[in-house]
Amino acid sequence: MIPVSYTVRNIINHKITSALTILGVSLVVFVFAAVLMMSTGLRETLVATGSDDNAIVIRQASLTEVQSIIPRDQADIVKTSPEIAVATDGLPLFTKEIYVLITLLNRHDGDKANVVVRGVSDKSLELRPNATLVEGRMWREGTSEIIAGKSIAERFAGCGLGETVRFGARDWTVVGILDAGGSGFDSELWGDIDQMMDAFRRPVYSSLTFRLADPSSFVALRDRIEDDPRLPLEVKREKEYYADQSRSTAGFVSILGTVVSIVFACAAIVGAMITMFAAVANRTREIGTLRALGFSRLSILNAFLLEAMLIALAGGILGIAAAATLSFVRISMTNWDTFSELAFNFQLTPGIVLRAILFAVVMGFIGGVLPAVRASMKRIVDSLRAV
Amino acid sequence: MPEPIVQVENVSKSYYRDSLEIPVLHDISLEIPRAEFLALMGPSGSGKTTLLNLLAGIDQPTSGHLLVAGKDIASLSDGDLAKWRSENIGMVFQFYNLMPVLTAYENVELPLLLTKLSRKERRKHVETALSIVGLADRMKHYPRQLSGGQEQRVAIARAVVSDPTLVLADEPTGDLDRKSTDEIMSMLSRLNSEFGKTIIMVTHDPRAAKAAHIVRHLDKGELS
Repeated sequence: MIPVSYTVRNIINHKITSALTILGVSLVVFVFAAVLMMSTGLRETLVATGSDDNAIVIRQASLTEVQSIIPRDQADIVKTSPEIAVATDGLPLFTKEIYVLITLLNRHDGDKANVVVRGVSDKSLELRPNATLVEGRMWREGTSEIIAGKSIAERFAGCGLGETVRFGARDWTVVGILDAGGSGFDSELWGDIDQMMDAFRRPVYSSLTFRLADPSSFVALRDRIEDDPRLPLEVKREKEYYADQSRSTAGFVSILGTVVSIVFACAAIVGAMITMFAAVANRTREIGTLRALGFSRLSILNAFLLEAMLIALAGGILGIAAAATLSFVRISMTNWDTFSELAFNFQLTPGIVLRAILFAVVMGFIGGVLPAVRASMKRIVDSLRAV
Repeated sequence: MPEPIVQVENVSKSYYRDSLEIPVLHDISLEIPRAEFLALMGPSGSGKTTLLNLLAGIDQPTSGHLLVAGKDIASLSDGDLAKWRSENIGMVFQFYNLMPVLTAYENVELPLLLTKLSRKERRKHVETALSIVGLADRMKHYPRQLSGGQEQRVAIARAVVSDPTLVLADEPTGDLDRKSTDEIMSMLSRLNSEFGKTIIMVTHDPRAAKAAHIVRHLDKGELS
């Protein structure tokens, strides 16, 4: 086999062409990884919103809380289920909530965006162990007080601590800031359910959430509720429910990103191909000499393929390194499943690193294969005559 | 006469440009005994390098037989020929043809990478070959750090490191000054006389040809 040092040193020796090809590949890998990181960040944020022990009930056939309506009588029947855990005060660890979308103005650019307002009960916070009040205090019953998720407080006018925001024909004062550890609750406003129902003139709930005393009783509970003719409801594990909410948006981002990456990749492959054809042309006499020394056509093919793949691998590593810096970036976009604004971080996982590196190496392989075949097919006598 | 190591029997070689046949070698027959030093001389275009390429197994005759150490190399497949070359042929080129990104040591080691020798054994062989050509102290130098004569000495070390049956040299002094030419020729003579290497050398230079025991002339594809 032709020594790897021959391949590596040739890459280093042709600094400019190698660096330009590496840069081209790295840009493609950057886009590819960024898109995957975005889709993963979105999915993980929503998955983290749900808890394994919790179940959520919405109206049958409604995909999200936005479309769901649950009358009070049905909510009361569900509340009596024996599988529901008991809170410290002896009452069921159960909350009836409403979910309404309102339009608020971005604090920085004045753009309008949909924000979730959730009417909650005194059990809502206990049911979400990942959410804690980090500033101010909880809203008081019977008042127009709300608490704001950290992302909403930062980004929307009137949502900071002590500020006032108007919706549902009322002015609401923000008395506390909620940190939900980067989950979807960071992008919500929470207030007293009864005040919210009154303000929005909604006599029905959007969802019911409760903790299961024994998580393994979920299937029995679900089957019983869903088979009850009085209850046209659907029961889901909370984690699954939120994961489903990311499906359309994350899927769309993934598909769009992959298509864009593939188009970019074609350009990078052409770049790699030009570099490798130039390498073969510049080293024709070396190829002839190696063949004359006894190296087989396959050895030549492998050496040039390896060179193309190593260049692409370097590009892949550079692209991943650049994409890794995005982990510190928090962005917000509309989640099309819920039509609401959701803030999340780009998330780099070992799986994404592996896929991006593989993507780069495949680009190198495709870009290198034709030049490598040409190198291996050259006649020795012709190669040795090359200047 | 000792048993010939090379037997060229009625070999002809033509090239084709479009449909036009260009004859290069015409019905050549030649026998070269083992441990002989033969110089092939002749004007440009007489077919010297073509004959050398045929003996090296890097080109195929149009007709005739080429036997090296009793083996008809014209009948070997491309893959078998590559393996055969690595075991039987050491080549020295006019422009040295060293890999510019490899050191003198690594260049000489190249043919040994096709053998089953261990790294340690390869090191021993390379050091010996470089010592024979007087460049043991230049092992870590790259070709660009060596003079033309030194580069050609590295190329000779590369040609003999795997102990081939034949050393084929194509104008080995064509790019060198007189002093370096003398050094290279004395080195090839030493390889022939001291180490018993069979050497076939193509040259224009009568001064270089003097080192050979047999001088054959090629003219218009015919041997005289």
